[in-house]
Amino acid sequence: MARMKFLCDSERCIECNGCVTACKNANETEWGIQRRRVVTLDDGEVGKEVSISVACMHCSDAPCMAVCPTDCFYPTEDGLILHNKDACIGCGYCLYACPFGAPQFPKQGAFGARGKMDKCTFCAGGPESDPVLEEQKYGANRLREGKLPLCAEMCSTKALLAGDAQQVADIFRERVVYRGHRNSAWGSVEHEAAESEQLAQQAADLAYDATQSV
Amino acid sequence: MERYWSVRDAKTWLMLLLVVLMALPATVLAQSADARREAFQAMPGTTPEFWRDAVEGVSGRTQSNSPGADTLIMVEGERWREIRNQWISPGGAIALGGSLLAITLFYLLVGQVKLENPRTGKKIERWTRWDRTIHWYVAVLFIILGVTGLSILYAKWFLMPILPTSVWAAWMTAAKNIHNYLGPLFAIGVLAMILKWLKHNFFNMTDLKWFLKGGGIVGKAHPSAGYLNGGEKVWYWVIVTVGLTVVVSGLVLDFPNFGQSRETMQLFLIIHAVASLILMAAAFGHIYIGTLGTEGAFEGMKTGYVDESWAKQHHDLWYDAVKKKTGS
Repeated sequence: MARMKFLCDSERCIECNGCVTACKNANETEWGIQRRRVVTLDDGEVGKEVSISVACMHCSDAPCMAVCPTDCFYPTEDGLILHNKDACIGCGYCLYACPFGAPQFPKQGAFGARGKMDKCTFCAGGPESDPVLEEQKYGANRLREGKLPLCAEMCSTKALLAGDAQQVADIFRERVVYRGHRNSAWGSVEHEAAESEQLAQQAADLAYDATQSV
Repeated sequence: MERYWSVRDAKTWLMLLLVVLMALPATVLAQSADARREAFQAMPGTTPEFWRDAVEGVSGRTQSNSPGADTLIMVEGERWREIRNQWISPGGAIALGGSLLAITLFYLLVGQVKLENPRTGKKIERWTRWDRTIHWYVAVLFIILGVTGLSILYAKWFLMPILPTSVWAAWMTAAKNIHNYLGPLFAIGVLAMILKWLKHNFFNMTDLKWFLKGGGIVGKAHPSAGYLNGGEKVWYWVIVTVGLTVVVSGLVLDFPNFGQSRETMQLFLIIHAVASLILMAAAFGHIYIGTLGTEGAFEGMKTGYVDESWAKQHHDLWYDAVKKKTGS
């Protein structure tokens, strides 16, 4: 059984926000809802700036699921965390528990009127048998069509990878091996040779860690 | 009876809750391990500096307008989850269950406090129409808010498995909306009640003696009491402190339109839950004493009048004062 994961390669992410746009377009989310975002740390500082594309991480031990008062979240066979909007009461607890800021609400109104929570579904739709209704409520179900999430498919630098955790980690590891040199093609951060090797080793270890999530 | 209030019941439940409360800071553990692990897997190829920043919750820049979107990893989330799920949920269940258990045991061991002298049939007005209106306004809202609030904290463990999803969803949506819309009305009631009864609730020497005699438990003699006894005053001040905490934290949570941060909401959710559970556990005692626990007490809040023999037994100083005033 596949264990679906996202992986964002910060050495490649150029903060083009293409993933954000692709997501918005594929899922036709409500105004104000942005399931994916790019966060840039140390913005504008040469050599230090790093960008990462974030959305729901589909955590193995999901905090949103643990705190939801209506238990509207459920894990799928692919290890995705989806939720039932019919049971969502818009209390916002998932947002307060989520470390990645993935849950989105259409409103922030008085008396806690937030509307139904919306978040990344890994383009896997939601619990609705009617496909039209499913698309309206949860957005695209590309997985059913044998496709991967549009954000990753459209990533111009292939920084954002989506798919089976094992395969994604293998791709990343291979990359790390090839780019572990100073001024290599994709490296956005220049490192000293020794440091580069150390970083490459570190990254390879991390990539190995990534495969252990299955 | 009110005079049994302070020592046995109150102490038992409040001590239990205090233990739970004092244990809370101990839960501030390095609980971000899971978030770190998830993030490690999802964004591996980064420098150690980046990692240090990210796991410490440093903010960056983003095009997203969602509140807190510029923070890559909000590390407080996992701590909040831990406090809510590992401490507040079980702690609240222990407090409420313990309170009910203590009351049941007290009832079985001591039983109802009966009137010592037969009713005289003569009535004294104890609670005016205003008093009773405010009391029952607050009481009804308290019960509704309690049931809906407990639903939000606990219902998924016992109600969800037995209800069809549609009914479950409808109930929870209703519970959340009822809780959020009636909350501010409760706040008004609590405030009115506090202001209306403030003048009766300053402690004096009579109360000190009342406490020393344990509200009547120590020794045979009835300790004297004025219009309100020491136990009732304690309950009043519990409402002033804990009740206002519930109200204020609830109002912060009820209006996310002011853009409170996630961290603020986490803090106030904890305060709101802990304070409400304390208030509910204490309210069980109040309800018992005012109904089943004391013969002749409930009619005071129902009709406004109490029997003279009840007044003499429980609030002798007040009884004397009333008699003096009416000159009979």
